Amino acid sequence: MFETLLRRPMRLLIAVLALLVLVSMTVSVVPEDKQALILRFGEIEATVNKYKKGEDFGRSGAGLVLRIPFFDNIQFIDKRILGINMERQQVLSTDQQRLQVDAFARFRITDPVRMYTAIRTEDRLQQQLATILGSSLRNELGKRTFATLLSPERGAVMDNIQVALNREARKYGAEIIDVRIKRADLPEGATLDAAYNRMRTAREQEATAIRAEGQKEAQIIRGNADGEAARIYAASYGKDPEFYDFYRAMQSYRQTFLGENSSGATSIILSPDNEYLKQFHGD
Amino acid sequence: MSNDNDGTIGRRTPGGLRRIFDSISQMANSPWGNGPKDGDDGKGGGKKPGPRNPWVTPDPADTARGRKPRGPSALDELLRKGRGSFGGGGGSGGGGDGFDLSASARWWKWAIIAIVAIVLLFSTVHVVPPEKEGVVTRLGSYSRTVGPGVKFTLPPPFERIRLEDVRAIRTMAIGSPNATDENFVLTRDQSIVDLAYEVRWSIRDPELFIFQLAEPEDTIREVAESSMRATVANFDLVQAIGPGRVEIESQVQQRMQDLLDQYRAGVLIQGIAIRQADPPKQVDEAFKEVTAARQERESAINLARAYEQQVLEGARGQTAAFDKIYEQYKLSPGVTRRRLYYETMEAVLSKADKTIVEPRGVTPYLPLPEVQRRAAAADPAAKGGQ
Repeated sequence: MFETLLRRPMRLLIAVLALLVLVSMTVSVVPEDKQALILRFGEIEATVNKYKKGEDFGRSGAGLVLRIPFFDNIQFIDKRILGINMERQQVLSTDQQRLQVDAFARFRITDPVRMYTAIRTEDRLQQQLATILGSSLRNELGKRTFATLLSPERGAVMDNIQVALNREARKYGAEIIDVRIKRADLPEGATLDAAYNRMRTAREQEATAIRAEGQKEAQIIRGNADGEAARIYAASYGKDPEFYDFYRAMQSYRQTFLGENSSGATSIILSPDNEYLKQFHGD
Repeated sequence: MSNDNDGTIGRRTPGGLRRIFDSISQMANSPWGNGPKDGDDGKGGGKKPGPRNPWVTPDPADTARGRKPRGPSALDELLRKGRGSFGGGGGSGGGGDGFDLSASARWWKWAIIAIVAIVLLFSTVHVVPPEKEGVVTRLGSYSRTVGPGVKFTLPPPFERIRLEDVRAIRTMAIGSPNATDENFVLTRDQSIVDLAYEVRWSIRDPELFIFQLAEPEDTIREVAESSMRATVANFDLVQAIGPGRVEIESQVQQRMQDLLDQYRAGVLIQGIAIRQADPPKQVDEAFKEVTAARQERESAINLARAYEQQVLEGARGQTAAFDKIYEQYKLSPGVTRRRLYYETMEAVLSKADKTIVEPRGVTPYLPLPEVQRRAAAADPAAKGGQ
């Protein structure tokens, strides 16, 4: 038979091609990042490369898998960590603060059989989980005050949401790895304006306080300077108050009659008894 | 063209041309084209040894053909198969399974072998550049990670290699320093800060990076945003826009790394750089006012310090002068005192109008208007002098 084939190259070729097709129909490669379901007439026959916690790559079930052509169908399901992106939601906290919340979750499909029977595709699962995430977020955040969403307690809130979401996700054969609030913003409009207003007034208050503080410090510096100057004067002049009186009077006369600030000519009417004119008498 | 020409061309032309030539001559059904083929087929290389197969070097096939012209060897069959697979239709027009057919088929065999060899070479020998690492999967299953250098793998579909750059530090910008695009983050004191920052990351474990995350970039971005918001929520606005930046950056980096490690993402966060942390435009004015107030405070303090200096230096100067004179005064009090008195009076009275009035019996008449007039006259003069 082989001889015959050799004599007829076209047949050999066809045979080889047929073999290839057959092989490709019976053998499938399950890559490291996929899980596979083998379906026989729609019934799940086997799972390959199912996710196991903490397994090392290279030792997982990835590799070749055999199936019966035409009878078996292979369905790949992602094994990697997938993301859920939730639409931005408006959440009302207990203190009636409105918040715009963006959240995301990471999950992976741990039970491909359940996932396949429940919802078939990853896309639909993602949508489903996004919806659930939205509602559990609203429920949980609605029980909190606005301040807790910003505080370290937020971690506890997220844990609660994760537990709630996980309970739902398990029904779809998925496991939630992480839930995070991406952003929690004040919505546009009155709330945001109020926040701006608060920020503005806080700044204005700060500005006023700073100015007042500047005034205060300046006053203190001036006062200290005056006090110190008084001390210096007293230390010096106190040595002889009588001479100081005389000396300062002399300075004062000069300042008054000759100083730059004195204006106008001065007329002085002296009595001959004046001390200055003592020698004028000639006695 | 002549038969001789045919021969020389056959000797020189590469197989491809020769084959085309053959098929052309077959189609034309010209005697000089068909003749040699039929003859070759029948006589087994008796008539024209030269042009028969000068372009095929291996002899064994030739000899095989010479020995058994009718009963083809396995090799011949292979060649024929090659020919048949290539152009079954074209061959039929000519003269069946002629010698020339197997000759060109032989050429095809070598071509195929060469192509296969080249393909094998390219698919089994991989030069991994120094900045990359290759993740090898064998039939889909992770096999090994290879470092830079020349690496060998089985050809696909048995083994596949995927190269990932593990040295490059990638940058991801979140938020934007442009004022149009705002990225508001809430702070602990429920204020809003407009943040723009960059995340620098690199791949630490390429196999984790490839197999663990469906959307690595998106994941990193989301983790960054979430970490940044969670971190900034622990800081006051004033810290977030100023001194707390460095602290925020390191905390975000730590938080991101923890999260990504938890995902087993194989990603190393190199650093976070906050490029901009500003209050929103709407309240910017108030923030500027704070800055202005701060400067006002500084200037008030500066003025006070200037005053302080002036007063103190004045006091020191005056007392120093007094001390000097007092020293002299103590040595001879009477003389110094009188000297000072006379000097002062001299200076004062020399610039003044003087009237000496005898106190007894004279009623002094003071021409006050006159005094004022003179004073007024002196004033413009003084002003003009200045």
